[in-house]
Amino acid sequence: MNHLMIMPIVIPLITGAFLLLMYGYNIGRQRFLSVASTLLLVVFAIWAVMQAGVHDYTLYHLGDWQPPFGIVLVLDRLSAIMLLLTALLSLFCVLYASRGSDEAGSHFHALLQFQLMGINGAFLTGDLFNLFVFFEVLLIASYALLLHGGGRARSRAGLHYVIINLVGSALFLLALGILYGLTGTLNMADLAQVIANAPASDLPLLKAASLLLMVVFGIKAALLPLLFWLPRAYSAASAPVAALFAIMTKVGFYAMVRVFLVVFGLDQAAPANDTVMAWLWPMALITLTLGGIGVLGASSLRTLTAYMVIVSVGILLATLAMNNQHLLAASLFYLIHTTCMTAVFFLLADLIGRYREAGYDSFSIISPLAHRWLLGSLFLIAAVSMASLPPFSGFVSKAWILQTSSHLPGYLWLWATILGSGLLIITALSRTGSGWFWRPGERTLKVTPPLDRGRTATVALMIAISLALSLFAQPVMNYLEVAAELVYQPAGYVDAVLGDYIRHDGEVNSSEVNSSNVNSGEVTQ
Amino acid sequence: MELVIAISLGVLTSTGVYLILRARTFSVVLGLTLLSHGVNLFLFTMGRLTTGAPPLIGLTESHTDPLPQALVLTAIVISFAMTAFVVVLALKAAVELRSDHVDGEDPNEDRQ
Repeated sequence: MNHLMIMPIVIPLITGAFLLLMYGYNIGRQRFLSVASTLLLVVFAIWAVMQAGVHDYTLYHLGDWQPPFGIVLVLDRLSAIMLLLTALLSLFCVLYASRGSDEAGSHFHALLQFQLMGINGAFLTGDLFNLFVFFEVLLIASYALLLHGGGRARSRAGLHYVIINLVGSALFLLALGILYGLTGTLNMADLAQVIANAPASDLPLLKAASLLLMVVFGIKAALLPLLFWLPRAYSAASAPVAALFAIMTKVGFYAMVRVFLVVFGLDQAAPANDTVMAWLWPMALITLTLGGIGVLGASSLRTLTAYMVIVSVGILLATLAMNNQHLLAASLFYLIHTTCMTAVFFLLADLIGRYREAGYDSFSIISPLAHRWLLGSLFLIAAVSMASLPPFSGFVSKAWILQTSSHLPGYLWLWATILGSGLLIITALSRTGSGWFWRPGERTLKVTPPLDRGRTATVALMIAISLALSLFAQPVMNYLEVAAELVYQPAGYVDAVLGDYIRHDGEVNSSEVNSSNVNSGEVTQ
Repeated sequence: MELVIAISLGVLTSTGVYLILRARTFSVVLGLTLLSHGVNLFLFTMGRLTTGAPPLIGLTESHTDPLPQALVLTAIVISFAMTAFVVVLALKAAVELRSDHVDGEDPNEDRQ
């Protein structure tokens, strides 16, 4: 058993708990600890990505209880990629926050570490109830992070956010209760097996449970009727918090992939997830359209970015609903791109807002701006990437999505909404850029505040990641192709988790899994 | 016993949902508490209803399923913590927004 695997959960837990105990520490030491912890997380995430590249599934049995009786952590390519993305994003958020935003309230770094623990745990766990617990961990940390800094707007947005998520937790428990009552297990692999062999009389209840789960994950991911908390919450949160929240909607997407494609998708001939997919498809498309309209109608850059999050969720869920292996790989690539870029825009809104004389990030106020050339160029590059123009990762990801979806049924709907929302995003971003950087003309500020190099460098580095992602797109694409292939072979997942029950060693070689796949395939045929 | 459990589940959930939709923070908190109470009861009954049997195999003829009890314990702790948090948040919002409406202002205020 490889204890490195649980480190992405343990490191933030210990750091967060230590930071809480050492409340009296000056802010410098807190920042040091927080940055050190997130740097370690990046190292372990890189290890996880390499490990998942060699072994398809790495298992960790908590307390050495064997599945399906104990809780098991499962590391595969999908969770490894999500871990790395979270670690990188949180590193930049901590660096940005360490330039001063963390002093607006107490316990910022401790809360951020607990949030990371919850996110990493949700990506690693192989047990449905454990997923619920990690969701609660990340949610309660996010409630407090959202309120970080205080103020009327945050209290108001926070109240909505907390209440809708509490209702979501209640629904999650209902779904878990139904699943446990029917199957007698909560281990994902075991559940998949039982659901695939469920008698026809159980199917209606199973589908009810899967629809309940869709509502729960839909609240996290901001699917159409459940997204109205998001714009207000994300635009009220302080910039580094909002940037970190860019990964939160993707946790919902990840949970949908894991639960609907693996747990409910084992029986490939008659999968139990068809009802969910049928609901998901139209709602995702309307989410996407609504997000595009919201982008155009936003009155500040933070609200605009919040609606861009909704657009990205719409694209991800629509591609998920098309239920195709290659399309899933493409949408995972898009997920990496969009998480980075929406985070960049939340930070940019704060950065540029600081150097405008009046109005912060509001569009309706024309105000002179310090460091116009530098900030303007940063905004231009980020906008080009966000609007999916070459040579950035957005172009690669959207082109890949459009290309792979071109032979699937219903692709015209997807193309129309993706391209239409892309046009709305370009319009809104170019209007923002011209309003902020051109219209004030050569009017200059009375006093030019010095440029905050730390914050600017952080944002520039994140944009550079987007460029790097498009330069080195091929290896990433290859990795994601295999990741999607593994998701679409739930039999391999079940075999790796439950087969281990007999074998007793932590690592399952890819060759073994593949051979057992072939065997099980032959049996079913 | 099934009927009693089913009726109390229905009453708890429906009153919970009704109170949540009242859109005043105090009744929303009460509604959330009732709803989570109903959900906990539901989760508990998912181990099937047995009386007078220990959660151990082999001691008596019948046994209860201990896992839902463990799940409910976790769920109770979490919902307790969340209720405490939302109570404090509701107080904070009521003080800062000078209104106990969940939107921070009453949309029908002018009509009253």
